[in-house]
Amino acid sequence: MAGRIGVLALQGDVSEHLEAFRLALGDRGEVSAFRTASEIPDFDGIALPGGESTTINRLIQNAGMQRPLQEYDGGIFATCAGMVLLATEVEDDSLFEPLGIMDMTVKRNAFGRQRESFEADIDCVGLADPFHAVFIRAPVATRVGYKTEVLAKLPQGYIAIRHGLHMAFSFHPELSGDLRLHQLFLENLGL
Amino acid sequence: MKLEELRFGTELLKRGFASMQKGGVIMDVVSAEEAIIAEEAGAVAVMALERVPSDIRKMGGVARMADPTRIVEITEAVSIPVMGKVRIGHFVEAQVLQELGVDMIDESEVLTPADEEFHVDKKVFSVPFVCGARNLGEALRRINEGAAMIRTKGEAGTGNVVEAVRHMRAIQSEIRLISGMDTQERAAYARKIEAPVELVEDAAVRGRLPVVNFSAGGIATPSDAALMMQLGADGVFVGSGIFKSENPEKMARAIVETVHHFNDPKVIAEVSRGLGEAMKGIDIHTLRPDEVLQTRGW
Repeated sequence: MAGRIGVLALQGDVSEHLEAFRLALGDRGEVSAFRTASEIPDFDGIALPGGESTTINRLIQNAGMQRPLQEYDGGIFATCAGMVLLATEVEDDSLFEPLGIMDMTVKRNAFGRQRESFEADIDCVGLADPFHAVFIRAPVATRVGYKTEVLAKLPQGYIAIRHGLHMAFSFHPELSGDLRLHQLFLENLGL
Repeated sequence: MKLEELRFGTELLKRGFASMQKGGVIMDVVSAEEAIIAEEAGAVAVMALERVPSDIRKMGGVARMADPTRIVEITEAVSIPVMGKVRIGHFVEAQVLQELGVDMIDESEVLTPADEEFHVDKKVFSVPFVCGARNLGEALRRINEGAAMIRTKGEAGTGNVVEAVRHMRAIQSEIRLISGMDTQERAAYARKIEAPVELVEDAAVRGRLPVVNFSAGGIATPSDAALMMQLGADGVFVGSGIFKSENPEKMARAIVETVHHFNDPKVIAEVSRGLGEAMKGIDIHTLRPDEVLQTRGW
């Protein structure tokens, strides 16, 4: 079966996600960008890209995508700002209402400002060798629900998490040229 | 993972930061209150300034980096990234902004240049830089110095989009030109525009600049913003256009919404209703040569 992956194209590193999924899928399926709620049910999996979480959240609300995303039954691949959007709660910001799709509390800019952004090799459950991770003003999860599987963590918190078909990352797998986490996600979807 | 194996300030982190801004609006602000309005309106970042460019024009004199107090006040007020401007070539102002925790530095022609021969050596900094450009040669020279983002110079503080359009069209048209050239022609073209041949080759193969390309300098309405996006900008900077308009909050939201739906005239028409007066603006042809900011830097 040919899979269909959609990348939420409201703001952020959309083209990097499109390119990473295009390479990861090969001839197993197609990836495309989407901007409207009506397109959401068409996809086997969707990606919530990196960007500014406050901005993307606001645009999701304006576009009436909140409910369709919450009711979506495929897998979600979320990086950085995408991870913040999936959370049930955001630390130190009671005004921010995330989508509440994955039971976790996230802390934004958990490592500090851009000068504290870093690259590092991390160990990740499900991968035989370390993964070269790129953290840009990255969030972490400080609490996860009991059904949530932690794939990787740092002293600051959880940085790679899986719950059912969903996967959320503090870092940017779409930037490091290593597609193993994309492959894990696609395998989970049966693609 | 060992702490000593962390790598900071790499090219990938700098360009990656710029990529996260794509499809966004970066707004000039001069206070914590304005920064909060910008964040709530959906800005992806704010540019922390002492004065917006149109006031810099009126003030005259030497325009410098903002007071650190103001920058810190703004960084503490919002969770989105904060950028700051330094004078062309003033690497100490850049060191100060980096120390203050600014997320990206704009080496800007809007401030009075500190060096008429050299731009800042941006590779030695761990925070990323954005620089202005009027054409492909200028853009690639800045990238060669380490800029992680390019923006059109336009003509800041005029509320007149004509120069931003000229600069965006120039860059896009030169990229189309080199994409059709063979290797030898590209090398000759690189010499002509005084840009490194490797970067000319890179841009030709990609069919775009190797870094994110925003538009700045004269954007005053939602339609201006959409115009720059349709001409190929990855996002926009709005300077005086927001807080010099009649209703900044509404203007800010309208420009954000437009940038995300830049190909949809229905949305642009809807959000453009009843915005009040845009900033007054200046006809470019009435500027004296010494009032033109875009010719600063090379």
